[in-house]
Amino acid sequence: MSGLIDFLTDSANWSGTDGIPTRLLEHVQLSGVSILIALAPAILLGLYIGHTRRFEFIVSIVALGRALPSFAVMAFFFPMQLRFGWGFTPWAAVIAMVLLAIPPILTNTYVGVRDVDADTLEAARGMGMSERDVLRKIELPLAVPLAIAGLRTAAVQVVATMTLAALIAGGGLGRYIVDGSALGSNSESGVAKLLAGAVLVALLAIVVDGFLGIVERLASPRTTSRGRRRVPEEHLDVLPAPDLTAS
Amino acid sequence: MADVMISLKNVSKRFEGTSGAAVEDLSLDISKGETVVLVGPSGCGKTTTMKMINRLVEPTSGSITVDGTDVLHQDPVQLRRGIGYVIQSIGLMPHRNIADNIGMVPRLIGWDNARIKERINELVEIFQLETEMLSRYPSELSGGQRQRVGVARALAADPPVMLMDEPFAAVDPIVRERLQDQFLEIQARLRKTIVFVTHDIDEAVKLADRIAILNVGGVIEQYATPEEILREPANDFVRSFVGRERGLKRLALIKVADIETELGPLVAPQVPTSRAIAEMDGYGLDWVSIVDDGELLGWIDRATAERSTTVDPAEARPFSAYVTAESSLREALEAIATSRTQVAVVVTKGQRYRGILTLERISKEIIS
Amino acid sequence: MINELFRWDWFFDHLPDIWELTLEHLRLTAIAVVIGFAISFPLGVLAYRHRRTYGPITAVTGILYTIPSLALFMMLGPVTGTLSVTTAEIGLVSYTLLIIIRNTVAGFRGVPEDVKEAARGMGYTARQSLWKVELPLAVPAIVAGVRIATVTTIGLVTVTSLIGHGGLGIYILQGLSRLDSTLTLTGAVLSMFLAVSADRILVIVERRSTPWAQTRARAS
Ligand SMILES: Nc1ncnc2c1ncn2[C@@H]1O[C@H](COP(=O)(O)OP(=O)(O)OP(=O)(O)O)[C@@H](O)[C@H]1O
Ligand SMILES: [Mg+2]
Repeated sequence: MSGLIDFLTDSANWSGTDGIPTRLLEHVQLSGVSILIALAPAILLGLYIGHTRRFEFIVSIVALGRALPSFAVMAFFFPMQLRFGWGFTPWAAVIAMVLLAIPPILTNTYVGVRDVDADTLEAARGMGMSERDVLRKIELPLAVPLAIAGLRTAAVQVVATMTLAALIAGGGLGRYIVDGSALGSNSESGVAKLLAGAVLVALLAIVVDGFLGIVERLASPRTTSRGRRRVPEEHLDVLPAPDLTAS
Repeated sequence: MADVMISLKNVSKRFEGTSGAAVEDLSLDISKGETVVLVGPSGCGKTTTMKMINRLVEPTSGSITVDGTDVLHQDPVQLRRGIGYVIQSIGLMPHRNIADNIGMVPRLIGWDNARIKERINELVEIFQLETEMLSRYPSELSGGQRQRVGVARALAADPPVMLMDEPFAAVDPIVRERLQDQFLEIQARLRKTIVFVTHDIDEAVKLADRIAILNVGGVIEQYATPEEILREPANDFVRSFVGRERGLKRLALIKVADIETELGPLVAPQVPTSRAIAEMDGYGLDWVSIVDDGELLGWIDRATAERSTTVDPAEARPFSAYVTAESSLREALEAIATSRTQVAVVVTKGQRYRGILTLERISKEIIS
Repeated sequence: MINELFRWDWFFDHLPDIWELTLEHLRLTAIAVVIGFAISFPLGVLAYRHRRTYGPITAVTGILYTIPSLALFMMLGPVTGTLSVTTAEIGLVSYTLLIIIRNTVAGFRGVPEDVKEAARGMGYTARQSLWKVELPLAVPAIVAGVRIATVTTIGLVTVTSLIGHGGLGIYILQGLSRLDSTLTLTGAVLSMFLAVSADRILVIVERRSTPWAQTRARAS
């Protein structure tokens, strides 16, 4: 424990390419890029399928992606990356993180649009709104909080799992964990490094979770005049059961 | 006055974090076997009052006794097992089938299976459900059927007291009327002590022995029989609450048997038509009933009578609507309004002729 | 570097080993989910019955959930033995807690008010209402939590290969270090197959235990 504090307070660890600021920034960048790549297809597909109710099976298939171990995805793409001549870069890890992030965002966006009250929709169409208006002015605003809830889950998972990148010589806070454990459990400085990596990742995840929690709250509709908001529960059933008996 | 079954004395309820009291200093006695209906505007404290009786809500002050025992000195769980409770949203257990739903309280108080089964079958008959429904789940029933199961469940352990919070609010008017009729039929047989909440004054008038009209804060504006409330509203609040059709509503409470009927113009078949025309002239009308030894055959008009020499029963036209002694004056009024002859013909069972009711006769009742 | 994407001859030659590792994978998962459930369910009930405990309980399990699995396994090493099963299981169990607790609480909170009021009004004690009325209605959400926990755990088991366990994860790790996609794919596809099968089985368990929720399917 004291080793951990020494590590975090040692000024040598706060500069250079293996310094905490650099590693933290790398970690945020890698996670951020993964989330950004995942965001567009997940949200657009979620909106499209939720609105048209076509190709709903895609949601079930994508949800199965949660069963895909990120570790395996990375291990699978790493050799390919080498073959393409991309060398020792964290791309395989980013691909794994994108695949990790898509299911919760897509599922929640889809559910958010799908569960918009049927009466509200009928009233909107009855007022003469076009399908575009219905999607933009009704379904989208009502689905946003749930989509953000999905994003929040995705972001926390990505930040915590991104540490795997260090296994394929990528940067980020995972470096401390992998390098620290490489020194062995008898090395005091190795254990301290490992702990520092774990604590920093956990802190980063908690900060991201808290920040997106606030965003989620702000994006949720007010339900009382005094400004209380109803924050929707994240869609729990992330692996919807495809009805195999239906056509 | 009969024995008091439920008694509320100076009962008040203040919910935490609210400024005013939901119920303030309310006193109310309910007799054994009586149906008391609480009516009043939304938020006036009807549900709160009712829930204090089975202690789903604890009163802030005052005392409540059921069958002579102070409820606050009783274990609330035991108390509730002895009081049937129907909540507005029905609250059937979605994970239990209908039979299990009905049998909940009997099972709680330890009846054996055979007895529960027998009781369920009894209730199925009383509420005109189908045995086949018993194995279904609540989601597989219609709204009206669910309402009936909700009431049957409350009755299952045969409690002497029933609390019913807007039990028929969630169904359409036609089903509601059927459920109300059924309620009256069952209550005539079982004579439970019932506290019934509604905000439909017509429902109150139809079902109540006595009505308590509540104002905001559980203030009783009037506590009397429906007839009294309609005849003599205690104040402007009651007057505006029962509405402008007070006279008409009161007609629903008076039976044809309660007032005198006129004999009306009538002749026997095969008599000379001159007799028929004289009968019409005597009443200042253009038609006459044909009655054969007490049995009503129909009516003929003046033009028909003038065409022939004797009254021919084959030419008798049927009345479009009859009323019986058991009908209400409101129904009689409807018969008058819809009949060609502008009167309501009163018959007994088996089409025995009793007389007629005219508009003037009924309006005398409205004015009185 | 081996260029073939998948060498079937390797696969068929190693079927007995693959079978062994699959069983190992399932054993690690089952132990983690069973222990995780045994801890989470009572905590979930506690957090539901006493609202004040919800914050602390989810905060603590939430922190466990955010610690990177890689670090957790390695950190536990010196304490519980670098290569011991206990190390792997402690890590795996700690990830199931938040998921199952959140779903348990959500399931209980989702029980309709009117049903609870009806039960109370009929004279159910708080305990009778909890076990006979609220619990059955919370089952679908609780099972959903167990499903997510199971699927997540099957994926995480592969990471325990870094501390000498891992079930099918062993192939993934070997595939990574030898740059052999046959090994990686064997580990990945089979563990995914395990995850999907486990999920389907739990769906069937859920359907069996909630016949009332299946009425729509029966009616049509
Ligand atoms: N649990 C509670 N906490 C705070 N205030 C409450 C609570 N329950 C009821 N109230 C308040 O007490 C008052 C009476 O409520 P109650 O439910 O008895 O009305 P009601 O006459 O049954 O109305 P309705 O016809 O709409 O059902 C209302 O102002 C209500 O807002
Ligand atoms: Mg009410």
